[in-house]
Amino acid sequence: MTDNDGQRFDRLPATAADREVTGRATRTAVIEWWIDRFGLPAETFDGYTFWEKGAGKIWIFAADLPSPTDAEGLGMTFLRTRQEHWKPTTNAVQRFGGAATKNVITLGADRATRFLAGEDLGPEWDGDWGYLIVAHELAGGVEPIGVGLYVHDELRSVIPKGRRTSLSPPE
Amino acid sequence: MTPLERYESLVDDPEAFRAACDRPLPSVVRVNTIKATVERVRAALDDEGIAHEPTDWHPGVLRLPEASPGRNWPHAHGWIHGQEEVSNLPALLLDPQPGDVVWDACAAPGSKTTQLAALMDDAGLLVGNDNNLGRLSALRHNAERLGVTNLVVTNRDARNFSLKPFGSDGDDPARIDAFDRVLVDAPCSCEGTIRKNPDAFDTWSLDHVHSVAGVQKGILRRAVQATRPGGVVVYSTCTFAPEENEAVLDYVLDAEDCRLVDVDAPLDGVPGVTEWAGEQFDPSVEKALRIYPHHNDTGGFFCAKVEVGG
Repeated sequence: MTDNDGQRFDRLPATAADREVTGRATRTAVIEWWIDRFGLPAETFDGYTFWEKGAGKIWIFAADLPSPTDAEGLGMTFLRTRQEHWKPTTNAVQRFGGAATKNVITLGADRATRFLAGEDLGPEWDGDWGYLIVAHELAGGVEPIGVGLYVHDELRSVIPKGRRTSLSPPE
Repeated sequence: MTPLERYESLVDDPEAFRAACDRPLPSVVRVNTIKATVERVRAALDDEGIAHEPTDWHPGVLRLPEASPGRNWPHAHGWIHGQEEVSNLPALLLDPQPGDVVWDACAAPGSKTTQLAALMDDAGLLVGNDNNLGRLSALRHNAERLGVTNLVVTNRDARNFSLKPFGSDGDDPARIDAFDRVLVDAPCSCEGTIRKNPDAFDTWSLDHVHSVAGVQKGILRRAVQATRPGGVVVYSTCTFAPEENEAVLDYVLDAEDCRLVDVDAPLDGVPGVTEWAGEQFDPSVEKALRIYPHHNDTGGFFCAKVEVGG
């Protein structure tokens, strides 16, 4: 076993038996976490490769490259591991969370706008605590806005600062 | 002499040219088909009371006569991206297909890069390179907001871009040996953006035109070398200067095994010029397209399509 080199992209091992770097998440575990937590179709992530750069930061990539690879970015940041509770990214939830059937909270118009601006909200949720997909109705469908952390009877907006928006008030 | 006066001898209608350059540009957004359809975007804009109209040449390019492109739900979801109308052209001309291996040599801040990813249905492999580390964060931010997962971001000088870091000298099945298509949307003197950036001429000088032309030649030459025989390179700038356009093509036609092919563009323009400041260029540079601001009420632009390997 070797230590993680946070300066390069390493492809995740397929399973724990293939692991060569201490503490590295496996492809199987990363896919299972997403599919189990959000009730996604089992084949959602077929064809993607998964990589670690930085401590615990997992990236999803639609193609493949030799591992390790030296680059500034590889696909999209997807999941934060190497901590007790794994955390999905806002951008991955927007990209892959539309088909979720579990741990999705759909907000009304006013609460959705406040959530997008980064406000924490009261509960209106009686499911599991932890990271949820926060969505709203838009143009004929339910669309994921980002990630909320439901804990201590509160829905915390964990939308990164660069993605928070105060929508223009209607004219 | 202002930069615009410099080109009046090239322009079909100098008065319309000057008048268009003085008008500000309307707000325009591109629909990001990785995350939404044109119909859904238009329905969401309608829901928010944001006026929008499709351009007459592309249903996925919408003008917003009264609003800015941000601060609305479609933007928050990464369904739309603010992108000047004419700057939608080079990616469409490159026409990348799902599964292709594509290089965007000067990618930041990523409007055209993310458009390439959408045209590829986010499948295949897209390398977005820029030599400016500060601008790479904008590229990465835009790519993530727009849901792109097939992009490799690199920070290198495109003039000597090596494929070795992608395993080109090895036997890994995931290596990259060459690109199918390359976009060179080159750094330039940006004269054509005068409607968007009224101070674009403040830093203009002929010395800068000549120095940036040297960089452009180096990048386009490397792009041709890194493309497989039969592959395509699109060269574009937002400048009118022939030194940065036809002269760059002329140099690369001479230095590398490649030829210009016709640009089949949905926007009006005029052919490239074969003569400028006492210099003659390869006659095939006429196949390039010059777009002046009064042609389509857009910014100014230059575009050429290069086929590699004769």
